[in-house]
Amino acid sequence: MSGLMKVSSNPHIRSKLSTSAVMLAVVIALLPATGFGIYNFGLDALVLILVTVATTVLTELIFELLMHKKVTIGDFSAVVTGLLLALNLPSSAPWWIGVIGGVFAILVVKMLFGGLGQNFMNPALGARCFLLISYTSIMCNFDCDAYSGATPLAALKAGERVNVLDMIIGKTAGTIGETSVIAIIIGACFLILLGIIDLKIPGSYLLSFVVFVALFGGHGFDPYYISAQLAGGGLMLGAFFMATDYVTRPITKGGQYVYGIFLGILTGIFRIFGPSAEGVSYAIIIGNLLVPLIEKITMPKAFGKGGERV
Amino acid sequence: MQQNSVMERLKNGIISENPTFVLMLGMCPTLAVTTSAVNGLGMGLTTMVVLAMSNMFISLLRNVIPDKVRIPAFIVVIASFVTVVELLLKAYIPFLYAALGLYIPLIVVNCIILGRAESYASKNGVVLSLFDGIGMGLGFTVALTMIGALRELLGVGEIFGYAVMPESYVPCSIFVLAPGAFFVLAALTAVQNKLKMIGEKKGKDMSKVGSGCSEDCMNCGEKGCAKRFYDTSAEPKVSEENPKQKEETVKEEAAND
Repeated sequence: MSGLMKVSSNPHIRSKLSTSAVMLAVVIALLPATGFGIYNFGLDALVLILVTVATTVLTELIFELLMHKKVTIGDFSAVVTGLLLALNLPSSAPWWIGVIGGVFAILVVKMLFGGLGQNFMNPALGARCFLLISYTSIMCNFDCDAYSGATPLAALKAGERVNVLDMIIGKTAGTIGETSVIAIIIGACFLILLGIIDLKIPGSYLLSFVVFVALFGGHGFDPYYISAQLAGGGLMLGAFFMATDYVTRPITKGGQYVYGIFLGILTGIFRIFGPSAEGVSYAIIIGNLLVPLIEKITMPKAFGKGGERV
Repeated sequence: MQQNSVMERLKNGIISENPTFVLMLGMCPTLAVTTSAVNGLGMGLTTMVVLAMSNMFISLLRNVIPDKVRIPAFIVVIASFVTVVELLLKAYIPFLYAALGLYIPLIVVNCIILGRAESYASKNGVVLSLFDGIGMGLGFTVALTMIGALRELLGVGEIFGYAVMPESYVPCSIFVLAPGAFFVLAALTAVQNKLKMIGEKKGKDMSKVGSGCSEDCMNCGEKGCAKRFYDTSAEPKVSEENPKQKEETVKEEAAND
């Protein structure tokens, strides 16, 4: 026997995937939606996106320098937060909306709870809801050079006919990143192929939403109505990019299905019975709050602990 | 400052044991009615009047009230004063009455008032109890007015109804809603803690300052208190209140022999 076998401490199987690689992949996956948003809404959208991302990164940097903590802006999570938040803002919003939202997302929702991995709620969505409550008129003003009037979802709720093809391509009013289903799906496919997200949450989310709309939407199983509901608003962006956030989703496999189904039902309730046409962001942050409970009831049993009690 | 003097009581209520920022008592009215500086001030002063009067009366009656029924007795005294104040507000300051609404009758169950009655007024003299009530009430008023003013400033851009923010300021209306109350309260408590930490660094004793002895050493966090009976005696006091147990141990020892 020559020498000793070197046994390192566990975990023995390591993934090469680091936090920054995952976050960078998410940023790349968001680029089609971002690009389409800038093409669709013009320079205002670009400025708003840049301001928001700069704010989130700077907030994290300044907070960590002031608190003498390790600077973690290199992991791109602040960039993802800023980009997601910007994609959830209407292009007509003034620049300071991005600043307030970015500071709130990073400072209150993320850093005060302990930074990346500790936040109980998706920072971008938390900030979006904060802005939505505080500045309702600005956040719901989707008028810009290219479009005026209601978003397709609001028109649908008011009983008007909408063009589903336009909604899938994205040539409608809405927030910067949510309009184009195609661009979002391209990004989502990229993430799924890399194995960064899987279809458990988005699949169960969208499926339960379709079932709920078919049952309670008042239109029965009408393909036009259901596809308009699916393509409208922030559902696609929320399902693929925000409900799947690593930090705020359940880690158990069963829990992810429960979480997705719960989000689908909640979104359906908000959209159909609520006063507003949209409800994805509220559904996801309420889902975020329930994640610890979902994990508790879906915790897998350790080997030897299962089976019938004698 | 002399322990348990009138001035010390006032300072204790406003700063050292501020009911909102330090004791974290009475959170319900603190969060609910502080949508503007006027409402906060009104609620604080109303509570102060009730607190001072009930403290005074409970202190007067402290030797008459039987120990077993003291809580119901305190509540009756407090409720009477709340009713008086409620009717006065309704008659003379109707706008405040309308703004505070349900929270005026709820002063009866405000834990600051019952807390001071239980821990201070029922054990101390009339004048000191009155000033303890005034001090605590002023502390509550200061805290509520500060929270109300900040929420009004951010949420509406005004303080006491006067516009102070520039025209271009777009009010952030979440601050006049319920979540804003939590944000402002948390921020102010953080500031208060920070000031305390700075004070401690400079060597000032910022731990619970002169709490006014309630002679309840069991539940008192005051270390190094001269009156603390079991700290001063080197020998732990033999359990006076439980002589039976001692007898039993003796018996057991005898049995073992």
